[in-house]
Amino acid sequence: MAYITCDDLTLGYDGKAVSKHINFEVNKGDYLCIVGENGAGKSTLMKTLLGLQKPISGEIIHGDGIKPYEIGYLPQQTVVQKDFPASVYEIVLSGNLAKCGFRPFYGKEEKKIAKENMKKMDIWDLRKKCYRNLSGGQQQRVLLARALCATTNILLLDEPVSGLDPKVTAEFYQLISDLNQSGVTIIMVSHDIYAATKYASHILHVGGKQLFFGRTSDYLTSEAYQLFGHGGDEDE
Amino acid sequence: MSNIDKLRFYLQFDFVIYALIVGVLIALCSSLLGVTLVLKRYSFIGDGLSHVAFGAIAIATVMNIADKTIFTMPVTIIAAIILLRSGQNAKIKGDAAIAMLSVGSLAVGYMLMNIFSTSSNISGDVCSTLFGSTSILTLSRGEVWLCIVMSFIVIVLFVVYYNRLFAVTFDENFAKATGVKSDRYNLLIAIMIAVIIVLGMNLVGSLLISALIIFPTLSAMRMIQNFKGVVICSAIISVCCALTGMIVSILFSTPVGSTIVVADMIVFFVCSFIGTVKGQ
Repeated sequence: MAYITCDDLTLGYDGKAVSKHINFEVNKGDYLCIVGENGAGKSTLMKTLLGLQKPISGEIIHGDGIKPYEIGYLPQQTVVQKDFPASVYEIVLSGNLAKCGFRPFYGKEEKKIAKENMKKMDIWDLRKKCYRNLSGGQQQRVLLARALCATTNILLLDEPVSGLDPKVTAEFYQLISDLNQSGVTIIMVSHDIYAATKYASHILHVGGKQLFFGRTSDYLTSEAYQLFGHGGDEDE
Repeated sequence: MSNIDKLRFYLQFDFVIYALIVGVLIALCSSLLGVTLVLKRYSFIGDGLSHVAFGAIAIATVMNIADKTIFTMPVTIIAAIILLRSGQNAKIKGDAAIAMLSVGSLAVGYMLMNIFSTSSNISGDVCSTLFGSTSILTLSRGEVWLCIVMSFIVIVLFVVYYNRLFAVTFDENFAKATGVKSDRYNLLIAIMIAVIIVLGMNLVGSLLISALIIFPTLSAMRMIQNFKGVVICSAIISVCCALTGMIVSILFSTPVGSTIVVADMIVFFVCSFIGTVKGQ
C-alpha cells in the first residue's frame, strides 16, 4: 500500500475551492514534485497533507505504517524566524518533540538523534551558533536536520530553495537527492520546473484542477508540460 | 539618616516586604512570558490587555465589587484568548485588533469612572490605576498570597512546557505538523499572560505593564544568542531591575512603576551597547 493516497481531494479556504479533483499516491522511495502557478493551490495542498487544514471534500489515506504525524516538514521561512535567538542545537532538538509524548524534557535518545542528524547535515560544528546569523543555505540545513528528527520516512519541502543563490541551490538539490537515494520519500513543492523534471521521479501538476500526475518521463511529453510554457523550444 | 538606615527602617514594615515579594514575582513571570510574546510578535498584547483590565476595574468600581481581581481576571483572560486565538485568520489583523480593544476599553473605562464614580478625586483614581502609584504598598495579605500562588503556577507551567513553548514560538506550523497541539499552548500563553497582567497592574499600573514584558527580553536578546540563555538572562534582568526600582523608589520617594521601567530602560541601553561592542 502507498504511504499517502489522496482520493478526489477538493482543497480551499473557508469553503471556497482552490483546487479540485486531486488524485495521487506517494509510495516508499518516491521523489514527488508538486508544480503549478502561483495560487494554483500548491501550498494549500501541502498544508492539507500535513494536517494543518482539512480538505473540503475527499480524503487522505495514510498507509504502509505511516502515521499522520510521522511526516517531516521543511516550511518556508517566516518573519518570526529572521531574528529569533535560538541556537542550531535547540532548533534541531525541537524536531524530536513528538517523540517525547508526555515527558516535559528531552531524553538521551532524542539528543542522540539530533546529534546524528546534525552530523548528517554537516552542521554539527555550527550547533552553538545562532540561527539568525547563518547563511540561507545553512539555515535550510538546520531546518532539514530538524525535519529528519521528526521522521525517517517522508519529508515535505515547501519551496526549499527560494532565496538561495544558484550554487547553494544546486548543493541543496543534491542533498535532497542523496536523502532520497538513502530511502527517504520526498514531496517537494517547487517553482523550479527545470529542477523538478531533473530530480523528481514523479510530478504532480496542479491548476484549478489536477493537470497531470505520473512519472517524470511521461510528464515531459504531456500536454500539461506544454501548457506551463516549458515545452518544445526551451528544451535542449 | 543614611540611605542604608532608611532602607532598614522601611524594611521593618510588612507592607514593604509584601511589595518586594510581589514585585519580584511579577517581574520574574512577566519576563518569562515576555520572551515568547516578543518573539511571536505579540509585544503589544501586554499593553492591550492591561487596558482591558483597566476597563474591567472601572466596571468593577462602578458595580461596587469589593474584590476587583475576581472580576478583572476573567475578563482579561477572555480578552487574551480572543486576541491570541484570532491570530492569522481574523477579519481584523492582530495588531489592529489589539489597538482597537486597547483604546476602546481605555475610553470606556475612563468614561464609566467619570460618570458613575462616587470618589471626589477621579483623576487621582484614574492616575493610580494607570500608573500604579501607591497600590503596591497597600496590598492585603490575601492579595500577596494570591500573587505568590499564581506566580508559582505560571513558573511551573513555563518550566514544564518549556520545550513545547519553544517549538510553538519558533515554528507553529512545524510544531502542528508533528503533532504538537499548538492551539492548546497558545491558549496557555494567553491565560498566563492575562493573569500576570492583572497581578502586575498593582505594581506598575496598566500603562506601564508592557514595559515589564518587553524590556528584559529585548535587553537579553541584544547580548545572547540562544533561547535558553535569553530566557534566563531576561529573568535575571527583570528581577534585578524590579528590586532596584522598588528600593530606589522607597529611598527617594519616586513613583514605583516608572522607576522600575526607567531601570529596565537603562539596562536595555547598557545591553545594546554590550551587544554592539561584542559585534553583532
